[in-house]
Amino acid sequence: MSAAQGTRPLGTGAPARPASWIAKALALTLNELRLAMRRGESLLITFVIPAGVLLVFSGFDMSGGTTGGKPVDRMLPGSMSLAVIAAAMVSLAIATGFERSYGVIKRLGGSPAGTSALVASKTAAVVVVEAVQMVLLVLIGGALGWSAGPGASVLLVAAGLVLGTVAFAGFGLLMAGTLRAEATLALANLLFLLALVLGGIVLPLDRLPASVAAASSVLPPAALTHVLSIGLGGAIGDATEPIVVLAFWAVVLAGLAARKFRWD
Amino acid sequence: MSTAAPSPTPVDGVAVRARDVRKSYGARSILAGVSFEVQRGELLALLGPNGAGKTTTVEILEGYRRADGGSVSVLGLDPAKDGGALRPRIGLMLQEGGIDNRSTPREVLRLYARFYRDPEDPDGLLEAVDLGRAASTRYRRLSGGERQRLSLAVALLGRPELLVLDEPTAGMDPAAKQATRERIAGLRAAGTTILLTTHELGDVERLADHVAVLDRGRIVAYGTPAELTGAGAPRVRFRLSGALTDGDGLGLVAAATGGVVPTARVTAAGAGNQYELEGLEDAPDPTLVARLAAWCAERGLLITELRLGAASLEERYLELVGAEAAAEAEGAA
Repeated sequence: MSAAQGTRPLGTGAPARPASWIAKALALTLNELRLAMRRGESLLITFVIPAGVLLVFSGFDMSGGTTGGKPVDRMLPGSMSLAVIAAAMVSLAIATGFERSYGVIKRLGGSPAGTSALVASKTAAVVVVEAVQMVLLVLIGGALGWSAGPGASVLLVAAGLVLGTVAFAGFGLLMAGTLRAEATLALANLLFLLALVLGGIVLPLDRLPASVAAASSVLPPAALTHVLSIGLGGAIGDATEPIVVLAFWAVVLAGLAARKFRWD
Repeated sequence: MSTAAPSPTPVDGVAVRARDVRKSYGARSILAGVSFEVQRGELLALLGPNGAGKTTTVEILEGYRRADGGSVSVLGLDPAKDGGALRPRIGLMLQEGGIDNRSTPREVLRLYARFYRDPEDPDGLLEAVDLGRAASTRYRRLSGGERQRLSLAVALLGRPELLVLDEPTAGMDPAAKQATRERIAGLRAAGTTILLTTHELGDVERLADHVAVLDRGRIVAYGTPAELTGAGAPRVRFRLSGALTDGDGLGLVAAATGGVVPTARVTAAGAGNQYELEGLEDAPDPTLVARLAAWCAERGLLITELRLGAASLEERYLELVGAEAAAEAEGAA
């Protein structure tokens, strides 16, 4: 160290070199997770409500006796579906909407971080949260007497989770990137409640009026619940139709989000 | 004394070049052909009333927006195309902080530091901008001045070649303003190229190598602060405790100049008995001031204010952008 080091004002001298993409994405992901843990309302909606729904409604048979099996066999896929909606849509939309309104996204966009590392970090943070959710829900389900049915398929569950996450995250970012933060907050919470009713989560679709059930079955929440029910072995049936529905929404919503998202 | 001087970036060449930059939002024209240059190592202050197009200009240079026409070059790159290569070399301080409410200054600096391989020490910067005690305070609880200082520290993490500061002293108390001003002067002295937008005309007079005044999407004046204020046009501005009468002018001029400057005259210069003695051949000297005071004393008039020499930058600025903008600048200050 020469004496000149001491006189050099901080922030001057040979320019710093940018970090690798991986290092930047990792730093952003850890930041996302740290901030997520500070959002009380986000923790409530991503962990407490899905776990609560599983715990409470596994005590009742809401199917009206139309399906066999224990209530928990139906409630585990339903609460997993709700957890995905909470993490990928509600929580992501609200956090991103406020970041946008406070100029956080603009500020990061002007740094060496780069857009792709930012998008990757948000994706990674959602995946980490969902992994914790799924472990938590499966443990609770197990404690309530759930076990995988004979037709269970890990591959189908994984496909449902991935497609559902892309679809809901796409819609969450579409809201966050086009609406005011307050409007995003209100709409995301409203849709969460609607999904709870129309997503085959608390009530099976066949307990709804026929026209409502038909409309709901082509929307992402019920399609995801359906795929997860078959994948976990709690329901028998062909998963092709709900997988196609989810894939359609994943492509459309993620595509719209990518085209319509505005940083300011 | 150190023998090994710090090696600033080369101070020759052009750091920023804007040529005939145009931008409209729908039918509303924001920039109507803006051209200017910032030389490497200099500080250019971009002045103008709110809505003149300062932020739009800066955002085009930063790559946030594309110009509709004209060309832009920043550190030899096109910000609209080469953003990835450019961003590590630029330090930005935006008007809106762009920091999550739940973050603390230390977390923010450490996060942004990780975007570089060899950043400035975040904890050192925290102390340098006097945020040591607020290091673990959530952003939402920071004062306006603390937020501005954090924003400046973030901009400095990468030791940028070009620093873009959008109203850096807004919301600061006088002491913080002074410290920030000194910090900016230090960066400029160490060779950092700086583009500064501000409403603080005092800052500009003290810091800027060149000033560009933007009004309604056009550069209406460009030069050094001294050139802009027209230094050397000798005049005397004064305010009296009472009004001069119509007949007083000639007598005053004759008395003050000793009756030897035929071009000199006295004019009213604003409300509250302000006058200007202009058309002088030489810069005002002590004799002139003594004579003027004596003339006033004989008539029982007290000189309550007296300023010699050129107009201030503020006066010149208000002449350039008009009274309407003046009121606006007042409101924003």
